[in-house]
Amino acid sequence: MSASLLEIEGLTRHFIVRRSAFGRPTATVKAVDGIDLSVPAGSTLALVGETGCGKSTVGRLVLRLIEPMAGSIRFAGRDILGFGQKELRGFRREAQIVFQDPYSSLNPRMTVEELIGEPLALHHTVPVSRRRDRVAELLRLVGLDARYGRRYPHEFSGGQRQRIAIARALAVEPKLIVCDEPVSALDVSIRSQVLNLLSDLRKRLSLTYIFISHDLSVVKHIADRVAVMYLGRIVESARADELFANPRHPYTRALFSAIPVPQPHAQRQRQLLEGDVPSPLSPPAGCHLHPRCAYAIDRCRIERPALVDDHKGHATACHRWHELPALAGASEQDAPTPQLEALMAKFTRPAGVPAAGSVDTLEVEGRRPN
Amino acid sequence: MTNLVEVANLRVVFHGDRGQTMHAVETVNFELARGVTLGLVGESGCGKSVTALAIMGLLPKGSTDVSGHVGFEGTNLLDLTDAAMRDLRGDRLAMIFQEPMTSLNPAYTIGEQIVETLVRHRGLSRAQASTRAIELLRDVRIPSAEQRVDDYPHKLSGGMRQRAMVAMALACDPQLLIADEPTTALDVTIQAQVLDLIRSLKKKTNASIVLISHDLGVIAEICDEVAVMYAGEIVEHAPVDTLFRAPQHPYTIGLLASIPRLDRRVETLATIEGSLPDMSEIPVGCRFAPRCPFASDICVGSAPPIVDVGSKHWSRCVKAPLEEVRA
Repeated sequence: MSASLLEIEGLTRHFIVRRSAFGRPTATVKAVDGIDLSVPAGSTLALVGETGCGKSTVGRLVLRLIEPMAGSIRFAGRDILGFGQKELRGFRREAQIVFQDPYSSLNPRMTVEELIGEPLALHHTVPVSRRRDRVAELLRLVGLDARYGRRYPHEFSGGQRQRIAIARALAVEPKLIVCDEPVSALDVSIRSQVLNLLSDLRKRLSLTYIFISHDLSVVKHIADRVAVMYLGRIVESARADELFANPRHPYTRALFSAIPVPQPHAQRQRQLLEGDVPSPLSPPAGCHLHPRCAYAIDRCRIERPALVDDHKGHATACHRWHELPALAGASEQDAPTPQLEALMAKFTRPAGVPAAGSVDTLEVEGRRPN
Repeated sequence: MTNLVEVANLRVVFHGDRGQTMHAVETVNFELARGVTLGLVGESGCGKSVTALAIMGLLPKGSTDVSGHVGFEGTNLLDLTDAAMRDLRGDRLAMIFQEPMTSLNPAYTIGEQIVETLVRHRGLSRAQASTRAIELLRDVRIPSAEQRVDDYPHKLSGGMRQRAMVAMALACDPQLLIADEPTTALDVTIQAQVLDLIRSLKKKTNASIVLISHDLGVIAEICDEVAVMYAGEIVEHAPVDTLFRAPQHPYTIGLLASIPRLDRRVETLATIEGSLPDMSEIPVGCRFAPRCPFASDICVGSAPPIVDVGSKHWSRCVKAPLEEVRA
């Protein structure tokens, strides 16, 4: 548990969005601006933040789907940035990704069997004669019936497609899976089915996850550690329970208090941020949050706060976090009445009992109108 | 006190190209008093948006059958001509859509789009209408409204666009505002701002609002009453506090149980197993029965009755009230 599977230092990636007539860059987005991360083997690190904060770019950099401009990424002790084509191919067997939208991440012209069989063929992991059996095994692993191998993705609902995408990622027996908003396109009742599957697989196959999400209640459920990003930088990172109990950075606090809680008239301290996220083309100097932060002082406008660890594993990038008043009740929710609790318990399957054939049913479940 | 809106036995049937039919909405009934916000909650495909479009008269005439009664200030909207509906829409009936980038016209400035509404329904001159448009943008807290009024939608951020959308909907002081997933496309901190805005406008205008959302958290923050929809039907209707404290339909209970809680962590999340029924072949009995942990033979055999379980609280479940099921 303690050995790091992934060590990231000073990771940086800027995108040039405009050039002058002479080809000189005139506008750049600092999508990822010098971040450090460490992911112990067998754990789940969640990257959270709003649209455009750079969390998905980090996920893609880690897999070398895009190349960083600076920094280092070490995977199981090896520097993956030094990999040539051949080594990179080997690395792809160890690190995989599951994308957000299972409607666009699966090739509509391939059957499920072909989709899941493709990585097996590419990496020659399973002899051709055994390939079909392995696909059936993988389908069962993600809770789908092996008979569905001949069908095409459009015949499946969103939740089922995401299971197929997960099976495809698992095909090469990776150590690390980057889950990029894997449940954001799914309905509430389907979302928890997929989250349960992900936790279950992690335990059974000792996987390590980087879980990218904007949904904090989901993150709280699944993550061991959480790193909060804002405009390309990590502003706070800590163990999940610690972060939710003691959010220190004003941005983290604002995020927490903005989550709508399913409880009418919840008494919560609202910490609303003013205004919009600034354009990443010209982020504010100093601390990126200062124009929206109620606690900003002159120093915040000039000096970029470093991400400082408190030696207990809770790091904050804020000049003033230790002066800020304690935040009570940001994530508090009343417990349900015992009657409701008992009724809700009917929907929890006891651990270890596999889902009844229900997940295999090929009924058309609608998709979110996005 | 009469209700502003009375929807009775609303049914929407879609006809497909190959002669197949889909019953998207089946016997939807609700009443809405003035100044009250009703939340319509449910998952994709449950018919919540179709209900809204049916009320607004926005469903395509050729391929859909809408029947029942949609009373608005005493008249049945389903009887009105297209021309009469056009006079109502944008004036006393208004709607906000989920994705402001696709519902605003990219070829016109946001000012022009608000002015159009005011000229069409209020007969203002263009000059008067532009002054009013700036005031409206200020009301929805768009900074430097005088400049923003001349911006095209693509120049605004998602949150600003949705504010412009709200300003346009409120231009003629509608009696009824339907907001279909107004914050779903927005980030949480921006969502919190827009929800705040809707809450304060609610107090100011005394309009009735139908808020459609899949997010029970959003519903809890804004609504006075909630109707939960499943597979084209309202399965439970209750005042907001009652719905969250003592829900009486298994589907509502399952939805509430599926949301990861912020105050504690559990090993396995509660799930509603299975998926929505195929809407072209609806089961005879309770539509939720195949996924319901409380279901027994009686649920499958015949359609469930509507059971009154409290003040203004009913549930479409033969087993309601559910406390007694436990033993």
